[in-house]
Parts: sequence; C-alpha cells; structure tokens
Amino acid sequence: MTIAALAFYLFAICAIIGGLFTVISRNPVHSVLWLILAFLSSAGLFVLLGAEFVAMLLVIVYVGAVMVLFLFVVMMLDVDFAELKAEMAKYMPLALLIGVVILMQLGMAYGAWETSATAEAARTAVTPEGVENTVALGVLLYDKYFLLFQLAGLILLVAMIGAILLTLRHRKDIKRQDVLAQMYRDPAKAMELKDVKPGQGL
Amino acid sequence: MADFFANTYLGMALVIIGQVFLIVLPLLVALAFLMYADRKVWAAVQLRRGPNVVGVFGLLQSFADFLKYIVKEVVFPAGADRVVFLLAPMISLVMALIAWAVIPFNDGWVLSDINVAILYVFAVSSLEVYGVIMGGWASNSKYPFLGSLRSAAQMISYEVSIGLIIIGVIISTGSMNFGDIVRAQDGSYGLFSWYWVPHFPMLFLFFISALAETNRPPFDLPEAESELVAGYQVEYSSTPFLLFMIGELVAVVLMCALTTLLFFGGWLSPIPGLPDGILWMIGKMLFVFFIFAMVKAITPRYRYDQLMRIGWKVFLPMSLVWVVIVAFLAKFEAFGGAYARWAIGG
Repeated sequence: MTIAALAFYLFAICAIIGGLFTVISRNPVHSVLWLILAFLSSAGLFVLLGAEFVAMLLVIVYVGAVMVLFLFVVMMLDVDFAELKAEMAKYMPLALLIGVVILMQLGMAYGAWETSATAEAARTAVTPEGVENTVALGVLLYDKYFLLFQLAGLILLVAMIGAILLTLRHRKDIKRQDVLAQMYRDPAKAMELKDVKPGQGL
Repeated sequence: MADFFANTYLGMALVIIGQVFLIVLPLLVALAFLMYADRKVWAAVQLRRGPNVVGVFGLLQSFADFLKYIVKEVVFPAGADRVVFLLAPMISLVMALIAWAVIPFNDGWVLSDINVAILYVFAVSSLEVYGVIMGGWASNSKYPFLGSLRSAAQMISYEVSIGLIIIGVIISTGSMNFGDIVRAQDGSYGLFSWYWVPHFPMLFLFFISALAETNRPPFDLPEAESELVAGYQVEYSSTPFLLFMIGELVAVVLMCALTTLLFFGGWLSPIPGLPDGILWMIGKMLFVFFIFAMVKAITPRYRYDQLMRIGWKVFLPMSLVWVVIVAFLAKFEAFGGAYARWAIGG
C-alpha cells in the first residue's frame, strides 16, 4: 500500500466517523466539533486529489469562518435534550421512510452507473500538465465563465441584503452612541485638571 | 545511505522528522528568550528591572517558569467537559506550530514548498481560534465563556482584513508561494525594492490586524485582566495553561515571520552587494518582534466596540479599496512595474 492510499483511508475513515458522530452525539457543541473533523478530513481528501486550492478554501471558508459562527450560536443555545429526544421518537417512522427511499434511489443510480474509459485519467490529473490549479480555477472563473460567476455573486449579494432588510429594525426609543461626537469631544471641556499641593488637599 | 533516505518510506519519514525537529526545537528555545525579551522591553519602558534573578541578567527566567508550570497540578473545574478542556490548549499549540511547515528561512530552506503556502498559513491561523473557543466553553464558567465569545468575533473580523491585504501582495507577485514572494522583492534598490514601499499603507494595517489576530495588547480583550480576570484562560493551570501561552507566543512569532516575508523581503539583504541569508531573516523577525513588544508596553487597551468598529468600518473598506487599486496598478504596470513583479521578471 502506498503512502497516498494509506492517507486516503485515514482521511476517509476520519470523515465518516466525523459525520457519524455529528449525527449521534448528544451535545450539540460536540456535534459541531465532529463536523469540523469531517470538514478537515475532506480537505485532506482534496489535497490527495491534487486540488490543494479547493482544500485550502474549504478550510478557510467552512472551518475557519462558517463553523466558528455555528459554534458561536450553538454554545449560546440552552436546549433541553431530553425533550428533543422525545420529539425525535415521534418523527422516527417518517425519517426512516425517507431514509430508505433515498437509499433505494442511490442504489438505483449507482447500479446503472457506467464510467467512461477516460474517467480514470481525468480523475488523476485535475489540471492540465504544468498549470497550477489556482491558475486553472482563475482562468475558468474569471475568463471563461466570467458572466456566470458575476451573476452568482450578485445572487448572493441580493440574498445578503434581503436577510439584513428582513431583520433590521431601527428602534427610536434606545440610546445610541455617536462615534464621531465621541471622537471630536474636546478634552478640555470633559475634564478639569487640578494641581494638588502635598498636605493641603483640594 | 543516500538511497535509503531518498527512496524508502522509512528513510523519507526520518528525513522529514529530522527537518521538523530542526525547525521546532530552535523555535521553542528561541521562544524562551523571546518571552524574556518581551518582559525586559516591557519593564524598560515602565522603568522597572524586569526578570533579573534566575541566571545571569535573569536569562533563565523562562526555563524556571516552564519548570514551575509543568510540576503543578492540573485542576478541572466542576462540570467541565474534560476532553474538550484538554483538547483546547493542544489545538492552540499544534495549530500555531504546523504553520511553520511552509515558512522559508532562506532560499529553499523550507520544510514543505507548496504552491498555496500563503493560503495554508491563513487557513491554519484561522483554526487557532478553536483553541480559544473550546477552552472558554469547556471551562463551564462565565468569564472564560465571555472571553471566548469576544475572541471568536475579534479573530474572525481581523482575518478578513488580513486576507485582503495578503491578496494585494499576491496580485503583485502572481504567486502564493513564499519563495516566489520573496524573490519578487529582489531588486536593484536593496531595501527600497521590498513590498513595504509599494504596499506602504497596508504594512500598518497588516501589523495592527496581526496584533488583533494574536490577541496582543492593545487588543487583548479576550483576556483583559481588568474586566474578565484572564478571559478563556481563567480556569486553566499547569501544563494546559503553558500550552496556551506557548501557542499564543508562537502565533506572535509567526506573524513576525509573515510580516518579514510579505513586506520586508525575507532573507534578502537590505543593501545591494551584501550576501542574502538566514541572518537577515532572523534579524528582521527580531525587529518586528521588538515593535510588537513596544506596542504592548506603550498602548492602553482598546474598548471592545471600538475594536469591532475599526475592524469592520475602517480596515475592511480600506483594504478592499487597496486591492482594487493594486489590481489596476498591476494591470497597467504603473511605476515601472512596481506592482506587477510577475511582468517585469523579479
């Protein structure tokens, strides 16, 4: 077994264990931590495929930013787990049914799966010979599919503005701080310096 | 023998382990003296003597502290999540150490010469925040929890501006490899060819963001002793606390190395004609570390809302505008290609 194969099995097993424990661990904070392990392992799998740029993006965006916010929210939740578990038992038959249907669909899809003769070669070389995959991705996104990329960005921007617009309420009845007023405040008017003689006091 | 080290798995593993020790051991020994230097600078600014009892001039103070930490008892707070509680300091230290794998100390002196080196460092340093958050949460205590919440928000905010500043440098170089970035700064004007001249305003933004990213004063709000006792470290004692402290300092030294590589030309000599070498790299890192220590000594702590405001409303727009400006200057090769080193060939 080569080192690459060994690393693949290590990362793959870690990813599956991480995913499994994300679902079954009792504490939501532990769930998030297991999910981070799953993400890191999949980043490792990307590196093995030769897609190091995507791997680093996965770590920076998902693990470094999204999961921190997840953890941030989950840590502050005060959830009664016994109650949640009781609720879950009620929906178990429906969940099982959906799970079985998805499993059957996957089975049917993979049963009829045929790989083309060139698939193996395409998988081992993510980018053309002599091109870094950062450059390859850049050419694809910013030259070839420039318009689609910009449109995707625009959709995300609209979604973000929409979310802000839905939650933003300007309350008039609370005190706000005016940063400029604070910064341009004259120290001479704010405080008075007194020279205290020893033994005399004010 | 050469065949054994180049062609067998065991040989290659031994070579890599040897290289790892070659980086980590000098780093950790240097760290002991950097800690001492930090305290001495701090003391000198405040007209104190600083550590001066253990060893000549107190040089062995850090080693005495180290011994004291490891022989003390590890205390678990009641109701703490023991596994996460112990995992947190380990993550903090390991994440700070593995970033050094891609830092070159001289031309070609690097453990792993990867194409996305700068992204790797960025990714690893964004993972460091987990040590702080997990430590604060697992302590099952109010001050650590508040400290870790602050830290999460702070580190994420300043990562954004650090990332944008780095993008400016990447645009100028046309590569994400540290070796290429340093070689692109090699010019006929010595220290004036380095990126600190064309990217001058970003040097300050990067330095200040690095202070916030590593929780150094004046942005040490996650562990502000006057409000949160010691933030996420309150419940830690003994070796776990030591790991947190070393991890924090390794991250600071890493930021010194990053500043050196991105803006001060790494191992390049400042005067044309003098030989380049690892001594320049170390000297520049020590200089940046001295500035870090001075900032700690002379600045009062920021207020938390001011910290968030300056991160999102000042640094983020400034660095974003700078990326656009650099992109234009690089595209049209302005100022003799100072912003487009890939076009003029170094």
